[in-house]
This record gives sequence, structure tokens and C-alpha cells, in this order.
Amino acid sequence: MSEKPRVAFFDFAGCEGDQLQVINLEEKLLDLIDIVDVVSFREAISEHSDDYDIAFIEGSATTSHAAERLEEIRGNADIVVAIGSCATIGGINSIRNSQDFDEVQERVYGDEADMFDSWEKAKAVDAVIEVDYEVHGCPIVQDEFLHVVESIIRGKEPDIPNYPVCVECKLNENVCTFERDEFCLGPVTRAGCDSCCVNEGTRCWGCRGLIDDPNEEAHKEVLEEYGLSVEDVIKEFGLYFNWQQEVREKKEEDEDE
Amino acid sequence: MSENVDIDVEYITRVEGHGNIVVDVENGNLKECEWQVIEAPRFFESMVVGHNWERVHHIVSRICGICSMAHQFSSLKATENALGIEISEQDQLLRRLGLNAETLQSHVLHLGYLALPDLVDTGSVLPLVSSHTEEVKTVIGLHRLGNEMSEMVSGRDTHQQRLIPGGFSKIPSQGELESLKGKLEGSYDDLTAVADFVESLSSELPDFTRETEFISLTCEEEYALYDGILDSTDTGTESIENYKEYANEYIVPQSTAKYTKHNRESYMVGALARLNNNYEQLSPRAKEVAEKFGLEPVNHNPFMNNIAQLVESVHVVEESIEIIEKLLDRGLEPQDEYHRPDVEVKAGRGVGVVEAPRGILIHDYTYDQNGKCTDANCIIPTNQNHANIQNDMESLVPKILGEPEDKIEKTLEMLVRAYDPCISCSTHYLDVEFVG
Repeated sequence: MSEKPRVAFFDFAGCEGDQLQVINLEEKLLDLIDIVDVVSFREAISEHSDDYDIAFIEGSATTSHAAERLEEIRGNADIVVAIGSCATIGGINSIRNSQDFDEVQERVYGDEADMFDSWEKAKAVDAVIEVDYEVHGCPIVQDEFLHVVESIIRGKEPDIPNYPVCVECKLNENVCTFERDEFCLGPVTRAGCDSCCVNEGTRCWGCRGLIDDPNEEAHKEVLEEYGLSVEDVIKEFGLYFNWQQEVREKKEEDEDE
Repeated sequence: MSENVDIDVEYITRVEGHGNIVVDVENGNLKECEWQVIEAPRFFESMVVGHNWERVHHIVSRICGICSMAHQFSSLKATENALGIEISEQDQLLRRLGLNAETLQSHVLHLGYLALPDLVDTGSVLPLVSSHTEEVKTVIGLHRLGNEMSEMVSGRDTHQQRLIPGGFSKIPSQGELESLKGKLEGSYDDLTAVADFVESLSSELPDFTRETEFISLTCEEEYALYDGILDSTDTGTESIENYKEYANEYIVPQSTAKYTKHNRESYMVGALARLNNNYEQLSPRAKEVAEKFGLEPVNHNPFMNNIAQLVESVHVVEESIEIIEKLLDRGLEPQDEYHRPDVEVKAGRGVGVVEAPRGILIHDYTYDQNGKCTDANCIIPTNQNHANIQNDMESLVPKILGEPEDKIEKTLEMLVRAYDPCISCSTHYLDVEFVG
């Protein structure tokens, strides 16, 4: 890696809200550009270079053109970091993965759906290329992004939680969402957001994706109390998990064989 | 005069999303000039189908990171209209404050970070950090103010958590509102400094006009952003329910985004359209800024959309102070923690509209008796501008063919940027391509 790492940002199918979180670093962004060279960031700068060390990728892969671009980025970069749910887990884009694709196309483009190139399923970036690090969330958490960047520069492994949001939520002394007769994905979702949605009066929607092994690591106490199983919660309420579920199911099938 | 021009800008930069510009001139004759939108489709109108009324706004917020609040408000209003959910006056005032926050954040981002580099002829805001340090810091301060205001009202600056059908899950405290008011009042000097800086560079904005139709919301009580009915400079007002007669959507081969037209081949929405339709309702300080730039209705120079955004930035600050005063005078009515309004679910259809930073944004949903969405339609501001961008380009290119190719390319990129297109919203892409 160069002395001052050269970094590039790329976006695929997504809302660009994660790159916005980088721009929203405001003054901290000025500190960041002291330690890295931003050589490509289409949303904010006109210059572009294919010579970079670290690539940050936002958005899901949904077309073969996207897959080609991803391969090219992987070829250029030493380190690839997926940022935001659409890139790390397929996220909101994967909602349509559970819908009939002909219907999906018809609803949006009517008879002219053939004009629009798209895979039937929206995929996480690691379905197409190898991803070295992930910054989860919809949107990403700025401090976690900075922590990952700093860890990469220092050659350390970033510290990303693998326990459920419930842990943080309890520390924040929130009234449990289930106790309020609402569903919540906190028991199966990866922490790291400081349970921000529950703190703001709503529920965990699962945007940071499933913890590595929900069957082992979920916060089961609360689920048992309300007569729910881990799989029930994921299947019934999952909004961001479709792609992750497909990967889990495929893995199980492979293990069974 | 350039005899042969071959411009092919793939992925135009400093815009949200992906688009291309293609210009082909042979022996001095314009053969092709095309604005292409090539973002990968995301299918939101299908994604929400089958989902419960309490989830839909959460899903559609993800259409756009920059104007997620506008998408949520438009969505919530559609859901509330469909299910007959009432909103308290306090919540309406808070929503106006939220939308103002997003408008400020979005306009400052566009003007300060994305458009300004063209006026000082750099490729991004980064070189300005050392050449115009003070100005950049002022822009950052205003951008942060917009974001802080979003956080205080709605939870965070993107994909805000507190917005729910029927109101807010949590509201700011009186103390927070008072402190915000102080910050807003303290921002006038910064707004003036930015206006002076932009004015010193305004000769860089191309002097180009092409008569077109402007459509925005309009409303008797206020400069319409959160509420209003449709208004066209060509045909006058129309109720929201008839939006389909306004935004006649159609599909073109060079774009994954839908295009729209109304009375002419194309129309424009956004800050300039709003200013053209509702100039008299601008706040006093905002009008002063408009006067400084000689911006008065009806202005047909699309590049002046940048200036209209500046004027509106001042307007939303001044109006937000008034809203906070109103909230404080009324006395903040407390609500329970984790607030969730009682809603009687029923079948119905509802249309919701707001002025997003980039123009009229319409969501239209149908729900079944269980509150599941069965049909959705979204009309996105940038989609409404695509045809107008194309028509501007066709009119502008012959006028600037005498310029060197790189200058033509820059002017066309500036034209596209002036519309502040959010192609993520309209689907997702932008680039300039000179072919030949």
C-alpha cells in the first residue's frame, strides 16, 4: 500500500446514503483526507484514477454490467470494503428477491420491462467478488466507518460486534419493543448501532443484518418469553435479510448433501 | 467553430446517481445530442407491495439517501390519506421543520460541494479547502446545521427513524428547539457570506435561456414545500389527485428512468420552478438575496436553479425560526415515550405530495382491508426534469459549438448539475459522452 493510501468510492444499486455519511463527516472529513488520498469519488469529485489501494463499495449488484465493474475494482484494489446494507447483505434491494420477477418488472415498467437489464435477484457485493471488510448499516455509522479505515491503515483487524442489538438496547435502558406489543429484530440483528432506532422510539428493523449464527447467538430469552423462534422472527419480520437467508439456506442444503 | 465534436462522458460526476451525455457533431452539424440515464432499476414500486402500512415509509426512504425525509413525508401522507389518519397541528409544524432541515442540507450540499467547483474551475471541493479555506468552512457549517436540525427533529440526518404514520415516535424537547433557534439565528452571517461568495463568481454561470413550463406546489398560506396543490406557469392550478394528468409518464430508450411531460414537450421542477411560481411568499431575507442576483419570476435560465437554491436556503432558515417560535408560543404538547398513534386499519387509496429539494415528489398507494399495500406509484422530481434537460441540451449545444470541446463538455455538465439531478431517486446513473 502507498504511504498515504489511495482510496476510491464506487456506487451500485443503492441510495448513496452511505457516501453521504462520509460527506456528512464535515470537518472530520478534512482530517480524513489528511491521512488518505481520495482518488475517485464520483458523487463528489470529477477526478478519477484506477490506481487505488482501498475501494469502498456502496450498493447491491443487480446487473452483469455491475458484476464486470466489480471485477475490475477487485483487480485494481488491494482491499475492498463493502459499505452499507445494500452492499454488505443485499439490504432493502433484496426485498424483491422474494417476489415473482415477472411481476416485479411488470409493476414498474409495464409492457416495456424488457428494455431494462436486471438480474432477478439483488445480491450483496460478496456474491460477486471477495470482500475484505464490511461496514454495516442503513445508513452506515460514521464512527464505525472511521474505525474500519483507521484499522486498515494500522494493519489491525477492526472490531465489529457479533452479538445482537438487544445487548446495546438493554444498556440504553429502553423498554423492550416486544413488551410494547410490537415486533423487533433486535434479538437476531448484529449490534454496533447503539440500538439507535429503539432509542428514537421505534423498533429494530434489522438493517445491519443477521449475526453470524442466529441459532446460537440470538438473544433467545426475549424470544422465548414471547413464544417466538429465531427462524419465525427472521422469516416473518425480516426486511433486509432476504439475500442473507438465501445464502444461509443454500449453505444448509450444501451441508445436508 | 468546431467542425467535429465527439463528446462521450460516461458517468458524469458530482451528481447523485449515474448518467451520460452524448454529443455528436459532424462537419458543423449536430447529429446527436442525448441525455442518457442508465442507472440500474431498483423496483421500489414493486418492493412495497405486500407490505404493511407501518413499513412502507421505511422501505421507500431508501429510494434516496439525500432526500430520505421528503420520501418519507410523501409516503406517510399517502398512507395517512388512504387510512384516514389525522395529524396534529404540532406534528405538522415539526414535519415542516424537518423538511426545511433536509432542504437546507441538500441545497448547501449541492451548491457548496457539487456546483461551486465549476464556478472556480476545479474538479471538486477538495482544492478549495486550501485555496478558499474560510468559504469552505462556512459551507460545512451550514451543511452541518441542516443535518443537526434533521437529527433534532427526526432522529438522524439520513433515513430518519422518528417519522411514523400519524406523527412522530419521539419529539424534540423545548430546550432543544430553543437551542436550534439560536443556531439558526446565528447562521444569517454565514448565509450572507456564501451569497457574497457566489455573487463574486456568478458571471461564470452561463447566460442561457429557453422558455419552458415550470410546475411546483402552491399554497395560499406559505411558500409551498410541505403542502399545496399543483401549479403550472402554463396552465395554472390543479388538485393533487389529478397528478397523472400533469406528470404523464413515458418511457424512452436511452433511460432507465421514466420521463414526464405536461403542456409542452417538457417541464421543470425544483427550486427555480418553486421560486417562479411562489416568489411573493419568500421570506424577506430570501427576497433580498434573489434581488442581489436579479432573480425574478419568470426566469427561464436553468443555471439560475443554483441561485434559487441559495435563495431557498435563506428562506428555510428564516421560516424555521418562525415555526419554532410558533411551537414554543403554543407550548410543546408532551407525548408518551415510544409513541404510536391508534389507527383503525381499512382499505383505501391515498396520494401524498411534498416539494423535495429537487421538486414535486408524489407517492400514491392502495391498501387492502388488512393494511397491506397492493399498488404503488411514485413520481420522482428528477424524472420530471429529464426531458427538460434533454431539450435544454438540444437548444444549448448549437449556441456553444464555437467553443473548444472541453469547454462544451464542461458547460453541458454544468447544465445537468444545475438541475441537481438525483438519479438514485429516479433510478440510479449520470455520464458525458462526445461521440463522432
